[in-house]
Amino acid sequence: MAAEEGQRRDVVTTVLGFARTLRHAGVDASPDRVEAMLAAVAHLDVLDATAVYWSGRLTLCASPDDLDRYDAGFAAYFGGEAPRARRPSGAEEQRVAQSAPLQTGEGSQEGGEPTELATQASGEEVLRHRDVAELTVAERDQLRRLFALLVPASPMRASRRRSPSAHGSIHQARTVRRALRDGGEITRLVHHRARPRPRRVVLLIDVSGSMSPYADALLRFAHAAVRARPASTEVFTIGTRLTRVTRELRLRDPDKALAASGSAIPDWSGGTRIGEVLKAFLDRWGQRGTARGAVVVVCSDGWERGGPELLGEQMARLARLAHAVVWVNPHKGRAGYEPLTGGMVAALPSIDCFVAGHSLAAFEELAGVITRA
Amino acid sequence: MTEPTLPADPAALAAALESTGYLPDEGLATAAYLALVMHRPLFLEGEAGVGKTALARALAEVTKRPIYRLQCYEGLEASHALYDWDFGRQLLHLRAAEAAGAAERAEELEASLYDRRFLLARPLLQALEDSPSVLLIDEVDRADDEFEAFLLEVLSDFTISIPELGTVRAQTPPLVVLTSNRTREVHDALKRRCLYHWLEHPDFEREVAILRRRLPDVTEELARQVARATARLRELDLLKPPGVAEAMDWATALHALGARELDPDTAARTLGAVLKYREDTDRVHALARGALFGGG
Repeated sequence: MAAEEGQRRDVVTTVLGFARTLRHAGVDASPDRVEAMLAAVAHLDVLDATAVYWSGRLTLCASPDDLDRYDAGFAAYFGGEAPRARRPSGAEEQRVAQSAPLQTGEGSQEGGEPTELATQASGEEVLRHRDVAELTVAERDQLRRLFALLVPASPMRASRRRSPSAHGSIHQARTVRRALRDGGEITRLVHHRARPRPRRVVLLIDVSGSMSPYADALLRFAHAAVRARPASTEVFTIGTRLTRVTRELRLRDPDKALAASGSAIPDWSGGTRIGEVLKAFLDRWGQRGTARGAVVVVCSDGWERGGPELLGEQMARLARLAHAVVWVNPHKGRAGYEPLTGGMVAALPSIDCFVAGHSLAAFEELAGVITRA
Repeated sequence: MTEPTLPADPAALAAALESTGYLPDEGLATAAYLALVMHRPLFLEGEAGVGKTALARALAEVTKRPIYRLQCYEGLEASHALYDWDFGRQLLHLRAAEAAGAAERAEELEASLYDRRFLLARPLLQALEDSPSVLLIDEVDRADDEFEAFLLEVLSDFTISIPELGTVRAQTPPLVVLTSNRTREVHDALKRRCLYHWLEHPDFEREVAILRRRLPDVTEELARQVARATARLRELDLLKPPGVAEAMDWATALHALGARELDPDTAARTLGAVLKYREDTDRVHALARGALFGGG
């Protein structure tokens, strides 16, 4: 009995230590999950490494991105006994490896330096933005406040959910309930009709070097959009890679949200490979549902370092998935602008709406375009 | 309802599943086993066609439990998932009571209207009433946030309260399998209630075994070639990499054409069974077909 007690304590200590290791590696091993792991281990063989591996993986992980971190944490903590080879090799393995850097908060081996750079860069972005827009500090502050007030209303779409209405189809339950009050006589039909729901809005923001003067403003716009409709807005940054910043932008304070997304973006002011990154977006998110029936707003100047053919192809794919595709190009606001860059020419046939995005007024217009889309 | 004894450990469950024709790997067998003994829902994520739904069916067969399936979609409401009242029959009952001249008081009449026999049980209620059962909540990522929150409530204590009737509680919690294709991030609160398993495409040997088991008429040689070609297709970065289901369709199509092995020509003719996008087909055609499907 005492021995069993002792073993139980050992297991708890071991699992708690393992959970701590995992939290450092970025897996959200919350106390209730750890409790679940202990329960799982109790149902299996505590001394079997494979059983411990699976009880932890099944209870502590919550997404495919967690799995690599989990494997690394397991190998580190239990001395490399993880049945790592069990994961099939080949395409699937590669897919996970490719997709990992696209997520925010990736492994520590690469995390440090780019984050620092990113924070510095995001400071610079603000300065550069002031330069271009020729604003004083006071004006800039005011503009920020205005951005916070900018609430892009979501476009609506029909849904299958229904709510009471004077017209529409008959709500049987309510009709019968009402009839009961009148002694079983149907004196009035109660109707209901489809309730409109907000349509998803997806913002893809180019944070490459050529767009850096506008990235701050675009992210502020995105923040306002996310704050207005947290459930139906998604924001990604595109540059040399794809980063999802929706979660960071959900912070209430715009400056904190921008700082958070700034440190999540590893490729500030880098080059542009819109075609490739757009493909990554469509493969990982878009086709699975994020872009389906959504209003997708691409904010970029269309400076494409990769081949324009790929961009054209991916834009066509996007146009087939999305309800509407809006392209925001800050340069369009300049007099005499012609969309002549290779990327722009390739993308144009798949765009429903081509708007400027260089000033607050332009952003207000953009908000209107999104609402009407 | 007496429950047949559950498998004693993951290996026993794996063996039982194999006897039904579903070949799980160790991780999946452990996941299913823990879901059974811990009474925790099993959250399965992975590409379409890796066998998430099939696992629920196989588990139902192994445990000899009835299976109830709830297909999720946007706008799914509680009345489609839990229960609904049969209004037509309620009205008929009302008329019949009137015609019989029953001098019932209004309250009695109303009470008789909300009787169990007028209740239409939907999958969630059915699964609880008929427990132990298997409840398959398919493609939960398609439902919206409100429904997820509602599901959380049902899955945490396995009870459903019907205002007019009272509370339905499952004696044994049903074995719940939730599947998601990851079109949307499912809320963390829901995932926390569940065991989480990411399902991969099976490795080569397992896929061959699955094809052989499911399609006994297909020759070993053809099964191996189809599995190998499918694995190569999965490496091509296609819009929709083929799953096990597609591999099976392909082998079936080839078998129906009387093919005994996979050569570039028959492969090209039957590619529609595996690839579901024109872009993917073009891409595969553009690549040297011989390199993909030729040889052993």
